[in-house]
Amino acid sequence: MTVYIIQRVMRMIPLLFLLSLIAFLIIQLPPGDYLTEHINALRASGRDVDEAEVERLMKQYALDRPMHVQYLTWIRNILLKGSFGQSFQWGRPVNEVIGDKMALTFLLAIFTTIFVWTISVPIGIYVSVRQYTFTDYLFTMIGFIGLAVPGFLLAMVVMYFSFAWFGLKVGGLFSPAFELEPWSIAKFQNMLTRIWVPVLILGIGGTAHIIRVMRATMLDELRKQYVTVARSKGLSEFAVLMNYPVRIAINPLISSLGFLLPWIISGGTVVEIVLNLPTAAVVLYRSLLSQDMFLAGSFILLVGTLALVGSLLADIALAAVDPRIRFGSVEEM
Amino acid sequence: MASDENGAGPQEALLEIRDLKTHFPLDEGTVRAVDGVDLEVSRRQVVGVVGESGCGKSMTAMSIMRLIPPPGQIVEGEIRFHRPFDDRDDASDIIDLAQLESNSRQLRDIRGNQISMVFQEPMTALSPVRTVGKQISEAILLHQDVNKAEARDIAIETLARVKMPNPEQRFDDYPFQLSGGMRQRAVIAMALACRPQLLIADEPTTALDVTTEAQILDLMRELQSESDMAILYITHNLGVVAEMAEEVVVMYMGKVVERTNVDSIFYNAKHPYTKGLLNSIPRLEDVLQDKREKLNAIEGMVPSPYQRLQGCTFHPRCPDFMPGVCDEAEPQLIQLEEGHAVRCHLYT
Repeated sequence: MTVYIIQRVMRMIPLLFLLSLIAFLIIQLPPGDYLTEHINALRASGRDVDEAEVERLMKQYALDRPMHVQYLTWIRNILLKGSFGQSFQWGRPVNEVIGDKMALTFLLAIFTTIFVWTISVPIGIYVSVRQYTFTDYLFTMIGFIGLAVPGFLLAMVVMYFSFAWFGLKVGGLFSPAFELEPWSIAKFQNMLTRIWVPVLILGIGGTAHIIRVMRATMLDELRKQYVTVARSKGLSEFAVLMNYPVRIAINPLISSLGFLLPWIISGGTVVEIVLNLPTAAVVLYRSLLSQDMFLAGSFILLVGTLALVGSLLADIALAAVDPRIRFGSVEEM
Repeated sequence: MASDENGAGPQEALLEIRDLKTHFPLDEGTVRAVDGVDLEVSRRQVVGVVGESGCGKSMTAMSIMRLIPPPGQIVEGEIRFHRPFDDRDDASDIIDLAQLESNSRQLRDIRGNQISMVFQEPMTALSPVRTVGKQISEAILLHQDVNKAEARDIAIETLARVKMPNPEQRFDDYPFQLSGGMRQRAVIAMALACRPQLLIADEPTTALDVTTEAQILDLMRELQSESDMAILYITHNLGVVAEMAEEVVVMYMGKVVERTNVDSIFYNAKHPYTKGLLNSIPRLEDVLQDKREKLNAIEGMVPSPYQRLQGCTFHPRCPDFMPGVCDEAEPQLIQLEEGHAVRCHLYT
């Protein structure tokens, strides 16, 4: 197991390097850069530009130097100083802008996963043992509706009805009173009263998906002989299901856990914009629009890194539950 | 105790199947997988069930275990199991397994405890993600009043009984770490862990190579002789039947066509189908003396399972087919002599 983890971590290093390279290339792709744009805008409006400040920023980020030097400067600052650079748009260091948003996104991802799993895993198991019955068709239908309806549309519908019927404004994660407050228990509680809306909306599509995956893998496993053998031992049907097919059918889901965060960020952006959530996806979207290159680059790098770490953790979890991976067995079962 | 040559007096019966019918209502029609089977197994007796693929032998076994895959179900018949009392050896309590609710408490008490089963494919009979020991001790914990440590001891002892090398280490191994033969030993140990009265073995050696097969057959014979267990041995291999069984039941298209003891099946077979089966065994001496050019197969194919044949189900393939008789009336199982029954118009 230890050997497996070490091997797996070692394999991440070149991937991380590649990731940083790609993140950097992406932020360099659009022509021009934020600083030039910014100076031009200021000059156009006839305001004075602090030449010394511009000079300092140019130097700090090596913007006047060739691309590989820029990359090295950028990555050196991150690795050695832990500094992701300056967000031009926000006028603050990227670290400050990101910290909060990342934490909230993470929280949203965790809540959504818990919601999705607690709903869809039991339903997936249930419909697999009731294949082709009314319940199966019912959940299949609900599932497909959930998959087909775009999240942002659902978000707007929920917003409209909660306002029209209950007079509630469900946008945002906090009440206006708490919006700018520092973190406290009261603020956390306030968030809990509101976070269920995005969790629900983001979760619907995922729920449908996981029910389908769980149902399909369960149906595969239920056909296998070891299930009949387990029944022949005299185990109750519930014990048979939980100890045998479910133990194996759950594995593909565990391995997909690593992609949770990227999924929330890329899949949930529109929903989060509609719901006016202070999450990473929204900030990433705006930073890309305004060519706030250090902010965007840092986001891509961070999300990519988290995805890699996530899949590392998922792989370790999978190795913990599946001895075939732990012992490096390649035999098909 | 089972010294009586004819097997069983009524007090010795362990399992009696009467007119069992297990049908599968499918869209294409009803498949009569088991269509009126009568079968007896006495205590400590080894009964072999032979027949081609699809003759209903496995489904008979699954019916006894009440593990018929849906949509199949028992539509008629009795499966009377003489369940011995825990404290007395001479009396028993008769339960009709066919009447029990599937997955009922009472049925689950019998499964894996008094009747257990060894399946065909040792490769897939065990869950790959749980240790062999866990899968064996599970049944012990379920049926016996023991704690985990005691269950472990019993499981290791059972593994030793099936001659598993290093049973203590194997206990913590996963199935994929064992060879095919070792897996089948583990599966047999799992079935024997609660010392059942009846072991149903559904082609337990089909997936193994011949050397391993011989070892497993030896083992099963040995286990049977040293315990009180009866075995219902299902196979398509007549050689295996000769080695294992005392009584032989030949099945064709969901029906028993001949039933007798092992000697008379090989030397005094009556049913044309049984004769055909015996004839289709390649003989080494014939091959060596160049006597035959090709294998003697039974003419024709097994009819489609959806087809309902009038008269004897074997008549389209039968070398002794009597027009106007065999395709008209369905033959009954008739007693030719003591312990030898056949379902054929030739003997009526």
